[in-house]
Amino acid sequence: MTDWQPDCSLAMLQRRAELLQQLRLFFFQRQILEVDAPVLGRSTVTDINIESISARVSGDSAYLQTSPEYFLKRLLAAGSGDIYCLGKAFRDGEAGGRHNPEFLLLEWYRLGWDEHQLMDEVGALISHLYEARGLPSLMVHRRTYSQCFSQVLGIDPHTAALSDLQALATAAGSPSWAKENRANCLDLLFSLKVEPQLPSGLVFVHDYPDCQAALAQTMVDSQGQRVSRRFEAFLNGMELANGYFELTDSNEQRRRFEVDQARREDANKPIVALDNRLLGALEQGLPTCAGVALGVDRLLMQLQGAASIAEVMPFSWNRC
Amino acid sequence: MANYSTNEFRSGLKVMLDGDPCSILDNEFVKPGKGQAFNRVKLRNLKSGRVLEKTFKSGESLEGADVMDMDMQYLYNDGDFWYFMEPESFEQHQATENAVGDALQWLSEQDICVVTLYNGSPLSVVPPNHVELEIAETDPGLRGDTAQGGSKPARLVTGATVKVPLFLDQGDVIKVDTRTGEYQGRVK
Repeated sequence: MTDWQPDCSLAMLQRRAELLQQLRLFFFQRQILEVDAPVLGRSTVTDINIESISARVSGDSAYLQTSPEYFLKRLLAAGSGDIYCLGKAFRDGEAGGRHNPEFLLLEWYRLGWDEHQLMDEVGALISHLYEARGLPSLMVHRRTYSQCFSQVLGIDPHTAALSDLQALATAAGSPSWAKENRANCLDLLFSLKVEPQLPSGLVFVHDYPDCQAALAQTMVDSQGQRVSRRFEAFLNGMELANGYFELTDSNEQRRRFEVDQARREDANKPIVALDNRLLGALEQGLPTCAGVALGVDRLLMQLQGAASIAEVMPFSWNRC
Repeated sequence: MANYSTNEFRSGLKVMLDGDPCSILDNEFVKPGKGQAFNRVKLRNLKSGRVLEKTFKSGESLEGADVMDMDMQYLYNDGDFWYFMEPESFEQHQATENAVGDALQWLSEQDICVVTLYNGSPLSVVPPNHVELEIAETDPGLRGDTAQGGSKPARLVTGATVKVPLFLDQGDVIKVDTRTGEYQGRVK
């Protein structure tokens, strides 16, 4: 029996501790308040593609949180000002070379900022970490989802017919993609075809399709196309962070929750009750803000050149 | 047969894909943070030997394939079929030339082979890793200077052609690695 041993080396444990210290110092110097949001809650996300892990607390059903987002937004609505949370998040069914069901998430919010200002700050943080390690300076790129997509696949992701997207997804995946919806076809094509073609360094992809807005506001872009004010950061081709110019309209939030619920019902997935406390906070008023969540284990993978997430974790799920 | 979901796909699992039995080689979990999860799966088609890559939505399933590997003794060939026997039950199976495939050139009677059965019939045959076979034909041996490391082709009694050192002759028995087709040494 050697599987009692940790997954990461003792040297990696040191690098991990250093990274946590550097992250906290970065936010301390920028006067952003650290908050430790609960990981156990009575409610959870309705997102169709994110499954929560259920728990029982004194006989009541509960969930391990998939991100601290709802708690942080309640703090923002209560007047906390800029905040960050460095804590564990949990997602069921996610395990692989880049996934672990329990992972370390860094999430922060900036009042009065939009998504582009926040992209600047994500870039500053990661560039700083590269410099502190004496790594070659980081190339930072910014481009729209549509630019990335059409450059590789030759079609506009916003205006392409669903049947064309399905045909491309079928060719890239398997025949079962012929009946998939727009968002799923776009996800498959972006992951399999576009991501491998992204330049190395840090790439911010912004203006995501309207159908993938999640909790971001939407806007009409310079082409007259409705897009979401959402961005993702890719570090050397690996998805690292997801950010929004946050939706603050409680009615629109409720509507999106209900759309999620209907899609969950269609897909025979568990239905979770709406988080009325979050909706209450939005009704009270969430200040204009931008927020981002960043996978710390993946960041450490990139900083240390690790090939799998287990290499940077004390214990991956396989050994828990 | 049972159905297997993408999260049960492990290397070595045998599944049906487009009507053919396949063996899973690799299964990579891919998921955009907010997006649909999927699995990139590498499979070997056990009929054609070709390696394919398919991407499934996570949670999709494939039917298991009734495929099993079994040690069997090669008995003989009657011109149409190659006959193999299960050593415990003495049950015999006839394999087509297609199923025997490249194993053909290495097979001697009584060799123990790995026969892959699909729905009870031989689908493929893997010969022993090492076989000892007699040279049927090669250029005359050159005695003496063996340090030069030169080689020449030699045809073996089973049909395979192997590169051998110059000093070997027709009638010599040699050991060959069937996985690489390389000469391993002379059998005294």
